[in-house]
Amino acid sequence: MRAMVYRGPYRIRVEDKPMPVIEHPNDAIVRVTLAAICGSDLHLFHGMIPDTRVGTTFGHEFIGVVEEVGSSVQNLQRGDRVMVPFNIFCGSCFFCARGLQSNCHNVNANATAVGAIYGYSHTAGGYDGGQSEFVRVPFADVGPSLIPDWMHDEDAVLLTDALATGYFGAQLGDIAEGDVVLVLGAGPIGLFAAKSAWLMGAGRVIVVDHLEYRLAKARDFAHAETYNFAEYDDIVVHMKKITDHLGADVVIDAVGAEADGGFLQHVTASKLKMQGGSPIALNWAIDSVRKGGTVSVMGAYGPVYSAIKFGDAVNKGLTLRMNQCPVKRQWPRLFEHVKNGYLTPRDIVTHRIPLEHIADGYHIFSAKLDDCIKPLIIPNAS
Amino acid sequence: MAYTADKPPLPLSTDELRARIPGWGVDLDPANRPSVPRERFDPTLNGARWDFPERQPEKLPRERSVEHKFLTPVFGTSCPTRGVSGAIRKYAYRHHSEARIRHWLLLIVGDRVESLGSSLRSFATLRPDKPATGLRTELSHRGLRSRLGKGRADVKHHPLDPVIVLTPWVLRAGGVYVLARALARKRRG
Ligand SMILES: NC(=O)c1ccc[n+]([C@@H]2O[C@H](COP(=O)([O-])OP(=O)(O)OC[C@H]3O[C@@H](n4cnc5c(N)ncnc54)[C@H](O)[C@@H]3O)[C@@H](O)[C@H]2O)c1
Ligand SMILES: [Zn+2]
Ligand SMILES: [Zn+2]
Repeated sequence: MRAMVYRGPYRIRVEDKPMPVIEHPNDAIVRVTLAAICGSDLHLFHGMIPDTRVGTTFGHEFIGVVEEVGSSVQNLQRGDRVMVPFNIFCGSCFFCARGLQSNCHNVNANATAVGAIYGYSHTAGGYDGGQSEFVRVPFADVGPSLIPDWMHDEDAVLLTDALATGYFGAQLGDIAEGDVVLVLGAGPIGLFAAKSAWLMGAGRVIVVDHLEYRLAKARDFAHAETYNFAEYDDIVVHMKKITDHLGADVVIDAVGAEADGGFLQHVTASKLKMQGGSPIALNWAIDSVRKGGTVSVMGAYGPVYSAIKFGDAVNKGLTLRMNQCPVKRQWPRLFEHVKNGYLTPRDIVTHRIPLEHIADGYHIFSAKLDDCIKPLIIPNAS
Repeated sequence: MAYTADKPPLPLSTDELRARIPGWGVDLDPANRPSVPRERFDPTLNGARWDFPERQPEKLPRERSVEHKFLTPVFGTSCPTRGVSGAIRKYAYRHHSEARIRHWLLLIVGDRVESLGSSLRSFATLRPDKPATGLRTELSHRGLRSRLGKGRADVKHHPLDPVIVLTPWVLRAGGVYVLARALARKRRG
């Protein structure tokens, strides 16, 4: 089968790989019909996540058709059209039993500090991902759901991560009616977080980025007030000015490990890998939120240290909330929102790229060329 | 204002927001928010019919975090450890917990050793590695126009990308040159 393969930092290609096989009685093999590249994949692509092995296939956002099921699978059969949450989870451990599906303890042998994610390095379990023609799906009775007939494939693939994560990010903000919500980052996660904040009753939604085309999207897709941080000497001061010097009630970090806006921090983290991630956006979040406010961190960071201004968070009495999104837990409610038209995920798709040209997709998305917001990947076999 | 007790007024009232934004406030009630409260005990939630999953056979010795009691019942089988990078990785897993920075730094060293070795080996195949991939889109997808005159903050460090990408290749080429020269000397001498 054809699959995207990691060769080293900044290097990927498409190769012939052996078909995945059933390794466990509750596995399924899924033929991928649509996949996506996520901002998280860029951290892998840039070599920022430890134990990313040459030969790994990335891709944790995908939908497809069940090709084969293991002997204990009861909920799925060959031919079913399924959407697969980016988390791999057992459904029965201490964490799964409490709804923390992104923190499952039975699926990641390599680390206890993170659950398992498709195609996300050995640090996240050593599973191959869905930017390929076929993929192994563990716990087929637990993770995947049938795609409802009314749902568009592009909406379904965005529900496997980006939409669920943005919506989850807004929830972790504990938004109360009339709250001022600041979203850092106008990528897919930030756009969906901003849009979701309104559903939770936000009174004002502000989005900050430095890419003008993405801010334009935040204005018309997410009804947000926007600011380009590159136009301000100090964006934190500006955030104070526009909130009557109070700060935002809630700040959502939808940027993560490769945040820009400070040359030294960006280069030491993203280029030289001396920090687990660039702390710029998270520090802006801590500084821009009001005392007693909440910071919700959706941005991903590596396991090594980052220079976070922790003292300020303590002294301001902040609540810091964060996690990988437990995707499937969001689905019943999100299906309603998509059906009602309150959330329209596929509006942010800008590029549809054949699997054979996935290296182009990574570069376009990484360098933010051609007004790219969300690239989808179309496998050959589909 | 921050200096007095009341919250600053909103630019639009909540009634105006409800009228303008589809779905405004439908999840105002925390009961409608799927991740509130954070933990909800419900072992039947996920469709699992087991207390503890059946164990996936360990066909090859599988490295694991020393913070786990045992190998997890299900694990990834992509890219088993091999060669020098594999030895480094196995050492990192066996000797250092995730709490130790050495664990992660060794894994990063393993990554660099593997990517160096596999790119060198690729030159003995029909598909030698390129220093970076996807670069043709700089031409086909408006590389310059996407960057220039847009006030982008990241353009400042983009010139570093070629340096970051090419430095290991210069080192590789240097290594190959030194090795070749040493071999040639040996043969002559
Ligand atoms: N927690 C989760 O479950 C989860 C799931 C998916 C993605 N993520 C993470 O969310 C983050 C965003 O993902 P994405 O797909 O939207 O990526 P993306 O790269 O498309 O978006 C990031 C955006 O942040 C902007 N940005 C950079 N520095 C900034 C700064 N200092 N302030 C404000 N904006 C800044 C960039 O210009 C870009 O538009 C990534 O770190 C990704 O790994 C987390
Ligand atoms: Zn993702
Ligand atoms: Zn579990």
